[in-house]
Amino acid sequence: MTEARLFALQRLSAMVLGPLVLVHLGVILYATRTGLTADALLERTTSSVLWPVFYGLFVVMAAIHAPIGLRNVLREWTPLPDRLVDWAMAAFALILLVMGLRAVWAVTGGVS
Amino acid sequence: MKDMTPETDTLEVRIWRGRDEGRFETYEVPARENQTVLDVVSEVQRHHEPALAYRFACRVGVCGSCAMTVNGKPRWTCRTHVQKVVDGGALTIEPLRNMPRIKDLATDMTDFFDKWHRAGGRFEGTRTRHDPIQPVDPESRARKNANAGIECINCAVCYAACDVVAWDDDYVGPAALNRAWTLLNDEKHGDQRGTLDAATAAGGCGSCHTQGSCMKHCPVGISPTRSIAGIKRMSLMDFLNMRGK
Repeated sequence: MTEARLFALQRLSAMVLGPLVLVHLGVILYATRTGLTADALLERTTSSVLWPVFYGLFVVMAAIHAPIGLRNVLREWTPLPDRLVDWAMAAFALILLVMGLRAVWAVTGGVS
Repeated sequence: MKDMTPETDTLEVRIWRGRDEGRFETYEVPARENQTVLDVVSEVQRHHEPALAYRFACRVGVCGSCAMTVNGKPRWTCRTHVQKVVDGGALTIEPLRNMPRIKDLATDMTDFFDKWHRAGGRFEGTRTRHDPIQPVDPESRARKNANAGIECINCAVCYAACDVVAWDDDYVGPAALNRAWTLLNDEKHGDQRGTLDAATAAGGCGSCHTQGSCMKHCPVGISPTRSIAGIKRMSLMDFLNMRGK
């Protein structure tokens, strides 16, 4: 993949992540301040298809965005070979994607 | 004149001698009312240190060969009046940063010029001398963008000012990307694709951290920062197939 394409993917994923992060922070504040129990949370997250869609998108965008940024940092500041960094970041993206989607499934999997 | 009180009618000039290993030598030269830093360097070379190596050609800010680090900042020495930069009657003159030193105040600019090409800076014409001249609307947005960066004379002041160039050998630097941006806005340039690919490749516009030192130090007031932002924007539009012609 060309540098220009990686650059574009990182910027575009950042544009999507911006509002998602704000909503995510809002959800955290709401959930902790209103004293919801774990059961109450799970009941809510499994009750609407909105939650898996929202956090599924979040995970995909984060899995695109974070490895590209980390790749830039590693390439610029460490003597690691470029190919090693590329493979490591591809693996990192996959780990973020799999672990993230698994977590999303775990809290929303009961959607009927 | 505030730094040149009547009792100090001489300037204390510290000049770097040697290559990477070297030392500052101090010279005393007469302080004159109208004197550029290049005049001072020439005075030292003619009257104190005949072996002093430095570059200049036009002496009037056209050729871009006399840039040096003066009291810590990259400048054209020919267009810098001593009065403007002197600090307590003293001047410290070093070669430009970010380029290998050859001797004294002269640096090896090979990489600087090679990077200019690496960023896609070579113009490709589309017509021959037998074709009519291609009209260009001076009011078009592209032409205005090109005009904003076109006065660059490759003095390497921005390249020396850039901290990213200092720590990232691979980065082509502000001057090269500014050149690419002027070509990307030049309707007469035939290889737009090649220039955009080169300017956005590894070490290209994506390496810029938008620190703005190039813009701050450019002697002709060009903003390579803005040009680089333009290439980034164009690259994004190109990715989305929304790049206007």
